[in-house]
Amino acid sequence: MILSALAFYLFAGIAVLSGLMVITARNPVHSVLFLILAFFNAAGLFVLLGAEFLAMILVVVYVGAVAVLFLFVVMMLDINFAALRRGIRQHLALGLAVGIVLLAELVIVVGAWAVAPEVAAHTAPIVNSAVTATNTQALGAILYTRYIYAFEGSGLILLVAMIGAIVLTHRARAGVRRQVISKQISRSRAETIEVVKVPTGHGI
Amino acid sequence: MMPVPDLIPALPELFLAVAAMVLMMVGVFRADRTSAVVSWLAVLALIVDLVLINRGPLARTVTFNGMFVTEQFAIFMKSLIVVGSAVSIVMARQYNERNRVDRFEFPILILFATIGMQAMVSANDLISLYIGLELQSLSLYVLAAFKRDTVRSTEAGLKYFVLGALSSGMLLFGASLIYGFAGSTNFDQLAKVLSSEAGLGSIGLIIGVVFLSVGLAFKCSAVPFHMWTPDVYEGAPTPVTGFFAVAPKIAALSLFLRVMIEPFGHLVHQWQQIIWAISLASMVLGAYAAISQSNIKRLMAYSSIGHVGYALIGLAAGSAEGVRGVMVYLAVYLVMNLGAFSVILCMERRGESVEEISDLAGLSKSQPMTAAALAIFMFSMAGVPPLAGFVPKFIVFMAAVHAGLIWLAVLGILASVVGCYYYIRVVKLMYFDTPAEALDPTAGGNAVRFVTAVTAVIILLFILIPGPLLATAEAAAASLFQG
Repeated sequence: MILSALAFYLFAGIAVLSGLMVITARNPVHSVLFLILAFFNAAGLFVLLGAEFLAMILVVVYVGAVAVLFLFVVMMLDINFAALRRGIRQHLALGLAVGIVLLAELVIVVGAWAVAPEVAAHTAPIVNSAVTATNTQALGAILYTRYIYAFEGSGLILLVAMIGAIVLTHRARAGVRRQVISKQISRSRAETIEVVKVPTGHGI
Repeated sequence: MMPVPDLIPALPELFLAVAAMVLMMVGVFRADRTSAVVSWLAVLALIVDLVLINRGPLARTVTFNGMFVTEQFAIFMKSLIVVGSAVSIVMARQYNERNRVDRFEFPILILFATIGMQAMVSANDLISLYIGLELQSLSLYVLAAFKRDTVRSTEAGLKYFVLGALSSGMLLFGASLIYGFAGSTNFDQLAKVLSSEAGLGSIGLIIGVVFLSVGLAFKCSAVPFHMWTPDVYEGAPTPVTGFFAVAPKIAALSLFLRVMIEPFGHLVHQWQQIIWAISLASMVLGAYAAISQSNIKRLMAYSSIGHVGYALIGLAAGSAEGVRGVMVYLAVYLVMNLGAFSVILCMERRGESVEEISDLAGLSKSQPMTAAALAIFMFSMAGVPPLAGFVPKFIVFMAAVHAGLIWLAVLGILASVVGCYYYIRVVKLMYFDTPAEALDPTAGGNAVRFVTAVTAVIILLFILIPGPLLATAEAAAASLFQG
């Protein structure tokens, strides 16, 4: 019990601190690295909650894809971060006010949370928690049975997104040299090598 | 283990999805004339799809754990959508070839959009509604920007994408409020919750429904969520505009009908005022804003906004008669618009597409048959009696009167009188103005000319045998009220 409480404070503390570092670090590359640290700690929090599938997804998708994409953007594009940061002092008060309002709203929502009795009457849990061993298995079991229609539909949407990206950006460029292996190995010596007799004292 | 869900009701969608993916493989691996082969195979797939749709179960069938529903209403709407998509592919052939955008992805994206639209029509859950909507919208954004080397087309695609994302956000916000206050995303469950006294009083639920209808109004471009329509219609390649004007409109309106009548049917007094206002605003803006247009595609955009307004009268009535009116309206609207766009596709001068209304001046001298066909479409859109366009207008106005919405009917008729002006202006231009330089007599190609001829004949002769369509629509409308 005490161990999990300690682990919670460790993960939560590091997550908050690295979140702060993301916005205060001078070097944008460091910001992205702190963001990755924050993701890892959030994944740790998910593990503590018993949501190991979400933890894995967080690491795979956010650390593996999104954060690396950010890193690419930061390193490849020449963005002047110092210029972006310039106005921070005069906007600080406004930003803090917005942040405090958001925090207050969140506290109010969480504090006043109540489920309407008529709603609770007809929402039964979809997953039978006694049967399934891990939540990966439980999610898979409903994703491929109960929600198969939505799942396959989403697959089609992603396929269309891929086709769309190709249609709108792909160009068959002229003058690109492609390797054609069959052509390479079917060449005979006679058509590639030419023996030229060069008289002494002359160029070709 | 859960049993495999019943796949038979969703057979048309499954078939079309598999066909689209197979055609994509055909497109990638075939070396020459890919686009033509894929286009015609796509049309074939849509014809098979149409047969499968019409062989589906007539009674209300729910599958995929309540996410998917089909009944006569769905069959009717899906048939219209599939016809619209297939004709759009046929009409696009020559345009795409001439404009060097002849790529095999075009018919494939239309197929994916059609799957999305069929999913919209058959949605029985807020999740499946959203997935169908996004599948359709995403394909349409790409199609709008399909002529990617022109600024106008890319601008149209980007504008549509940004505003479409905004409307999807609103729709999702509404859906999450509905889920939060009713505890379910399933339409049957929602209807059950709302049939009790406790469910009706929830103000959060009503706000959710308002946001949901904003999202849907955006997708069928009803005022005040119409701003994207003229720009996207003008910028998109003409065959794509023709497609936009028919199939997605039908899908969005049938989704609107289903959402309002099935899960939220008990809230009719709440949403009736919203639909009333949207409908009136669309009719009036469609009529007045079209007057000053000089580009024929923008004119068609405003015309389609006006037509959505008339169709929404039937929804505002909230009765089976009104829904029947909307269905007949959409069927006739499909034919009229395909016809009108087939003529617009034929507007070429010295091999270049032209889009100004003034380019049509004197068309009656150079191409009397085309001019006559366009005149038929314009008179029909204006709602002049012997032509097809009059019948659905009459039905929706009667439904409004029977539902006690007499003012809406009166104002609608006045708006339609204003609308006559710009439709008949096109006719006047073709027949009585000094001829402009003649348009190419062979532009458009045989397929497009054939579409013009067939649609014109249907519009002209519909009044003689309206029975079958009206009876089917009546049965289909009744099937929506059983659930």
